[in-house]
Amino acid sequence: MTKTKLIALMGASTLGLMLSASAVSAQQSGNLTFLIDNGPQSVAVAEAWVAAYTEQNPDVTIDIEVRPGGGEGDNIVKTRLATGAMADVFFYNSGSLFQAINPTQNLLPVTNEPWQAGIQESFKSVVSAGGEVYGTPFAPAMGGGIFYNRPIYEELGLEIPKTWDEFMANNEKIKAAGKTAVIQTYGETWTSQLFVLADFFNVLAAEPDFAEKFTANEAKFATSPAALRGFEKLQEVYEAGYLNADFGAATYPDGLRMVATGEGAHYPMLTFGIGAIAETLPDNLQDVGFFAQPGDSAESNGLTTWMPDSIYIAKTTANPDLAKAFVGFIGSPEGCDIRNEAVGATGPYMIEGCTLPDDVPPALADMLPYFQEGGQNAPALEFLSPVKGPALEQITVEVGSGIRPAADGAALYDEDVKKQAQQLGLAGW
Amino acid sequence: MKSRASVIGGVAAIAATFVVFVIPFLFIILMAFKDRQQSALRDFSWPNGFHLWDNVVQVVQTRNWMMVTAFINSTLITVASVTLLIVLAAMVGFVLARRKTRYNGLIEFLILAGLMIPPAVVPTIWLLQGLKLFGTLHGMVLIQVAYNLPFSIILYRAFIATIPRELDEAAVIDGARPLDVFFRVILPLLWPVTVTNIVVQSVGIFNDFTNPLYYLPGNQNATVQLTLYNFQSQFNTAYNLLFTNILLITIPPLIVFMFFNRQIVAGMTAGAVKG
Amino acid sequence: MAVSSIAGVSDVAAANRPMRSRSPYPGWFFLPAAIIYSVLFLAPTFASLYFSLTRWTLFDSTFIGLDNFVQFFREPFLVQGLVNTVIYAVVTSSLKVVIGMLLAVMLTSQIMARGYLRSVIFFPVLVSTVGVGITFTVLMHPTAGAINQGLALIGIKGPGWLVDPKLALYSVALVDVWKGVGLATVIYIAGLVAIPRDYYEAARIDGATPLQNFFYVTLPLCRPATATVITLSFIGGLRTFDLIWAMTKGGPGFASDTVASVIYKQYQAGFYGLSTAGNVVLFILIAVLVVPLTMFLNRKQGHE
Repeated sequence: MTKTKLIALMGASTLGLMLSASAVSAQQSGNLTFLIDNGPQSVAVAEAWVAAYTEQNPDVTIDIEVRPGGGEGDNIVKTRLATGAMADVFFYNSGSLFQAINPTQNLLPVTNEPWQAGIQESFKSVVSAGGEVYGTPFAPAMGGGIFYNRPIYEELGLEIPKTWDEFMANNEKIKAAGKTAVIQTYGETWTSQLFVLADFFNVLAAEPDFAEKFTANEAKFATSPAALRGFEKLQEVYEAGYLNADFGAATYPDGLRMVATGEGAHYPMLTFGIGAIAETLPDNLQDVGFFAQPGDSAESNGLTTWMPDSIYIAKTTANPDLAKAFVGFIGSPEGCDIRNEAVGATGPYMIEGCTLPDDVPPALADMLPYFQEGGQNAPALEFLSPVKGPALEQITVEVGSGIRPAADGAALYDEDVKKQAQQLGLAGW
Repeated sequence: MKSRASVIGGVAAIAATFVVFVIPFLFIILMAFKDRQQSALRDFSWPNGFHLWDNVVQVVQTRNWMMVTAFINSTLITVASVTLLIVLAAMVGFVLARRKTRYNGLIEFLILAGLMIPPAVVPTIWLLQGLKLFGTLHGMVLIQVAYNLPFSIILYRAFIATIPRELDEAAVIDGARPLDVFFRVILPLLWPVTVTNIVVQSVGIFNDFTNPLYYLPGNQNATVQLTLYNFQSQFNTAYNLLFTNILLITIPPLIVFMFFNRQIVAGMTAGAVKG
Repeated sequence: MAVSSIAGVSDVAAANRPMRSRSPYPGWFFLPAAIIYSVLFLAPTFASLYFSLTRWTLFDSTFIGLDNFVQFFREPFLVQGLVNTVIYAVVTSSLKVVIGMLLAVMLTSQIMARGYLRSVIFFPVLVSTVGVGITFTVLMHPTAGAINQGLALIGIKGPGWLVDPKLALYSVALVDVWKGVGLATVIYIAGLVAIPRDYYEAARIDGATPLQNFFYVTLPLCRPATATVITLSFIGGLRTFDLIWAMTKGGPGFASDTVASVIYKQYQAGFYGLSTAGNVVLFILIAVLVVPLTMFLNRKQGHE
């Protein structure tokens, strides 16, 4: 903690220097294209970065191109890389999806660029291939857990649950008070995976070598009791009747609105939702808190974390120096400050010298202790293993809507990951 | 002539079509009038205020007036591809319906295959790059022609069959060359089908989403359907702007239809006279 | 294949020339269309056939023989997807034929407000599939949607159109009909208009009732239109993808998956070889169903 603060101070003091330095010595010219996804946060922050950078470098123009997110976006990125038509600088996932775009062949390594010195090793490890680093963080780190409505907790006198049983007991009280205990939004299928994915800290607590064994085709969701729990939890909240009436059709913005305004008490989600709440429901931002998805024992209570998405430079860029200068700008404390200004703070940064504002929203304040000393956290499975089945979100919708029992769902998912492993050419599949 | 039953039938038809076809359209319009908070509820309610103009301004200005570029590009692509499609498809349909050779089966199979097989995106991009057509408007036009030819040919072929063969044979005896026969005699007779083709293909190409996404990257090449993605993502959706956008990009097809709607009527009376 | 067919056609044209010095139906009329079609569609399609036999990441490919086909048939929801695809195609194309023809008969009769009716029925054709999908997803919301709120007004509790696994496929099919019936109607109108008035005159002299008129004159004589509508909407139904994707993404779970959406999901997941193999399978499925169907429809046409 103290170390972080120190670095933060250093960062703040050097900020003025760097500003003038980049304005004088690193004066660049030329044109870049910058491909991002169409999430409003991405667009807002990318526009802010481009505006700031082109103001300091008036001879530079940067065109932002927008693509859809999700699987459709993955296809665009892969197609454009495979056909040599990628934008100079682009935004994409880190971790298992990064490995699938053949980085050594398609991307420009940035291992020895000056700004990389300030980036945390844990992030570099999820954007590296063949001994080279390719990525620069686009956003702060995230946690996967449960947003809760603070006024409901106060009104009913509830405690933050440390075990799953406590969580279910809270749900029972909330339901008894005539409120929606758990919000689910299967209208947007990716949101249905959270109970399974965010349970991974608890899986690792029970089976520390699950990820390696899973990659080697030795551990399975269906046969590992700890891993199966995530699916069971999904089934339990459905069967107990805790869900909102329109859980099958509600969308992610609906879920955020419900937890922020007290239409529901709990919403399992990634912490980047804080940014969307700050944007659309600023008046309710103070009403939303956050806790890690509880496991079966109060002793091991920790957060499943997600590495941020990343910025990459395409190997085909016509202007590598300018691209590097721009990416270095994004990966600097100045870039973080611009992000804080544009979309607010949503989590701890992976860049040394980056600071969070003093008055962070309560949900973020609830999340930070997990990252600090004495707090416990573990990365999500997709950062420890390249194997992630594409049909998980459909399967979790089924389990979470009572169409399929948890054990069946887990077994089906084990079947689903096989293709991915074969496609990656992993041993043992 | 009009009996009471037919009046009742007419009123019933109007009422039924109003509920089935007009109300969804009204819903789009109502949403376009709302502000962001109200539109997020997505219910069928009266707007709390008149926000249409604000929404339109915002939609048009978003991402550096992308909508304007998109309208120009989409219009150019649509006009060029539909013109080519009409001429080429009518030529194929004409000869195919008139001449029976042993290759007709193969040609018809290829036409059906074009309807049936989904295009192979990545090899097509490699090919376009080789031809220096990738990311160009005329490359996009040729792609649209290739992908939509089978549909147009099928429409034409079916209706050329209904035109009496004596007509073109008479023209040949009068000494007209094949191109003259085709352009002066056949094509005008095909006008009702041509109208159908124009309307359907221009709407389809104007509204195409996936092909421009893959073959026409870059902001300067934006087409209208891509503008929808400015307001709808997996993380957030501004429903008022999204529906305003849907409304705006439906206007050009609507104009095309209103213009040709009369032509369909004209085609009908022509048919009646002919009969 | 295509190139040889063109060459063949011009051979025939050349052979015919001496006999009929000026054929009004020259083979070169095929040429411009054939060039564009073979270069931009057929050639890439043949190239992609090779990739269906490989494990393909777009960046490199490994030859694996028929493994992709084996894997595709092992997809857990493929069987349901096949059944769904056929149901969807049959439901949408038959509804489009029946409703389209009735609407066309109505619109070519002396009905009041003909212009209004024709316009509103055709209007959905003009809206993009994405736009239609978004609109109906919102209208079909189980609690807040306008459809169920409207039903509630008359005391009916509306179903979960898109969230009930038993109903989702049919709900999308209904929207597909809503969107496509205008086109079927226009094709039928063009077909009805082509029927010479004499037939109706003759039928009228024979004292035919309007119903007899319809069954003995209209129905047989607009067979080309029927063939066109069936071919287009049946193939469209089998290939259907964008509306399902815009509305349910094959969900809830896998309940409204069709073969095309299963293929697209493989594509999205980066299993490019597998999805190409799926395309081959879908093509064979369509060919098996459609080729006999069109032969049947065209033979009937030929007999007239």
